[in-house]
Amino acid sequence: MPPLTDFTELQASADAEWQGLIAGSRPHILIGTATCGKVAGAMSVLEAVEATLQRLGIEADITQVGCFGMCYAEPTVDIALPGQPRISYGYMTPEKATRVIEDYIAGGDPRPDLALCTIGEGRVDGLPSLEEMPMYRAQRRIALRNCGHINPLRLSHYLARGGYAGLHRALTGLSPEQVIEEITASGLRGRGGAGFPTGRKWQFCREAPGAPKYVICNADEGDPGAFMDRSILEGDPHSVVEGLIISGYAVGASRGYVYVRAEYPLAVSTLQQAVAQARKAGLLGRNILGSGFDFDVEIKEGAGAFVCGEETALIASLEGRRGMPRPRPPYPAVSGLFGRPTNINNVKTLAMAAYIMAGHAADFAAMGTGQSRGTCVFALAGNVRRMGLVEVPMGTPLGEVVFDIGGGIPENRQLKAVQIGGPSGGCLPAEATDVGLDYESLSLSGAIMGSGGMVVMDENTCMVDVARYFLTFVQAESCGKCVPCRLGTRQMLAILERITAGDGRPEDIETLEGLAAQIKKTSLCALGGTAPNPVLTTLRYFHDEYTAHIRDRRCPAGVCKSLITYRIINDRCTGCRLCVKACPAQAITFAGKRRPVILDEAVCNRCGICREVCRLDAVAVS
Amino acid sequence: MSSQAPTVEESATRIAAGFSRDRSALIPLLQALQQEFGYLPPEALSAAAERLKLSESAVYGVASFYTQFRFQPSGRHIIKVCRGTACHVGGGEKILDELRRGLDVEPGGTSADGEYSLETVACVGACALAPVVLVNEEIIGRSSAGSIIAGVKHIADNGNGCSCRR
Repeated sequence: MPPLTDFTELQASADAEWQGLIAGSRPHILIGTATCGKVAGAMSVLEAVEATLQRLGIEADITQVGCFGMCYAEPTVDIALPGQPRISYGYMTPEKATRVIEDYIAGGDPRPDLALCTIGEGRVDGLPSLEEMPMYRAQRRIALRNCGHINPLRLSHYLARGGYAGLHRALTGLSPEQVIEEITASGLRGRGGAGFPTGRKWQFCREAPGAPKYVICNADEGDPGAFMDRSILEGDPHSVVEGLIISGYAVGASRGYVYVRAEYPLAVSTLQQAVAQARKAGLLGRNILGSGFDFDVEIKEGAGAFVCGEETALIASLEGRRGMPRPRPPYPAVSGLFGRPTNINNVKTLAMAAYIMAGHAADFAAMGTGQSRGTCVFALAGNVRRMGLVEVPMGTPLGEVVFDIGGGIPENRQLKAVQIGGPSGGCLPAEATDVGLDYESLSLSGAIMGSGGMVVMDENTCMVDVARYFLTFVQAESCGKCVPCRLGTRQMLAILERITAGDGRPEDIETLEGLAAQIKKTSLCALGGTAPNPVLTTLRYFHDEYTAHIRDRRCPAGVCKSLITYRIINDRCTGCRLCVKACPAQAITFAGKRRPVILDEAVCNRCGICREVCRLDAVAVS
Repeated sequence: MSSQAPTVEESATRIAAGFSRDRSALIPLLQALQQEFGYLPPEALSAAAERLKLSESAVYGVASFYTQFRFQPSGRHIIKVCRGTACHVGGGEKILDELRRGLDVEPGGTSADGEYSLETVACVGACALAPVVLVNEEIIGRSSAGSIIAGVKHIADNGNGCSCRR
């Protein structure tokens, strides 16, 4: 079959298919089967749904969608009956899903007790709409616009929701310069974390002498605690492909690469299928949409090196070398892949560019604050009630995300810190909840926008341990090319390990601050340049915790193993033996019925399992 | 036509022949070789060097840089403990300690009986279900130190398929 060059024809058939699905005569069931859904057990829910439909003889359309962003309620099952609103059910198990199918599809009872909300048109008594949900109220979804709404493996779904309209508009009506102008006017800045103006980046690459030129999508989301890029690749891969083609047109490249982490197998396979579909539909390859523009994409898997998220290291890796950064300038826009001008953008940047080019530059620019326009995407995790994906206008206060969207801290504990921006970012204290989530405000607070990981920490988190954790990570991931990063982070880590082991010295803090300043100033790339940030911010905001560890040999949060002891609270313990059975060190002995057990501190390895299994809260840590 | 099974060298050469001779094919080629053998035996590195006209030390230099590549066969079951931030805050370190103790294996190593390889992974991106442990690519979410050994052994013994498959 020859590729379709007529875009309107392509759109019309996609629309017809989509309408048949969402306004058809059969029940439509949507199940979130991205990685997070699968971990929560979505596949067994899917099997139960299929089996129940078969048993009851119900004909229905089942769509496997990406992550809707409400990871806390996974697995989710949405049901849309003909002429009825789409109802989203959360916390599903095979049994619950079976009941919902029986009661609602077969019996007509929408089971509001098991539902989260309605989505889209129409209302059901006793159920909020998605827009009224606290997690969604303040959100504006641009990069995540299709996640959870479409089957990522169906190009037609993406087209029916306005996909590739931006590409069509750019290729058939705008010059590359005009495309760059629109991106510039939207105020889009790099969502990989550094925030460089995207329009200007494209301009540099366009103007750079040399051919061929290349564009790369950086999908090497290595920051621990970040999963937005994964969710977009798994839930809406075409938005990234479209953004990449547009960037290729703008800079004058005919070849693009997507560099994806090897740790994301599902994202890789989803993307591969999306690229194959786009090729088949004539959206990739020769003479795209009859415009005369040739462009194709190749997907490259990373091999597990965090530093490859740095653009020059990523390029080295694509060239088949060790993924080590090199000094800039020359910037990749001038001399990148194979020495040619190369433009590199993050997944979210490209997904947003595709939206902007569909005629939304002004809408995008109207959101946000100061020099930070549009929305920012965060992966919200840690000690927070509602974990998941959050996309809010730039400048939204941090507290709004943690408390209104995230629902605050579980088990009525106190908020202690919010870690933003991964190993390059910082820990902000509970008092910083009015800090705006935009490049400038975060920078002032000592954190960075970074890639968008946001980990909430409650009172049981030790900030010195968190600093040690991040340094362990960067020290292991340092490529070793430059001395400040290779040896400096090693030194900082050694000091932090000593402090958490109870051997801190009064001068340690000064040494840490001195090392941090040197490493920041002299490292070759941003990995080293930002590595001290978690230490510096914890020193700035949680100084007393360092003092407690160093001066008092005490871990206030009860985390650092060398500084804590476990003991049995005798008036609470009934001698039920749960902890005796669970203790891996055999440090607890049974002393008789209804008598408290005896914990031998000398044998205890401080794993905390006894505290975990005790139903009476009879184990204390101090 | 010999009826014998191909040697490692023959298989490696056959796989390498399917790749371009350009240096940029090196990492995908190493990934394909590891996919085939479960690790990178010396013959595989030689075949890659031969195909791309690189020195063996250059190939080993690249392979040893990336954490994905291993030079020893792994155990029958590969356990990866996620060390992401959310998992750390949720007690990932205790879980790692418990696995070391319960399976008698150090991170990066394989247990004496060849049953388990223990590895850590930076972040699997399933932070909403932290702490997370992978057993042969099957993910255990919301794990705890108290139940992890049982959970791992259950999957290792029953191998009820990978939950990542569509």
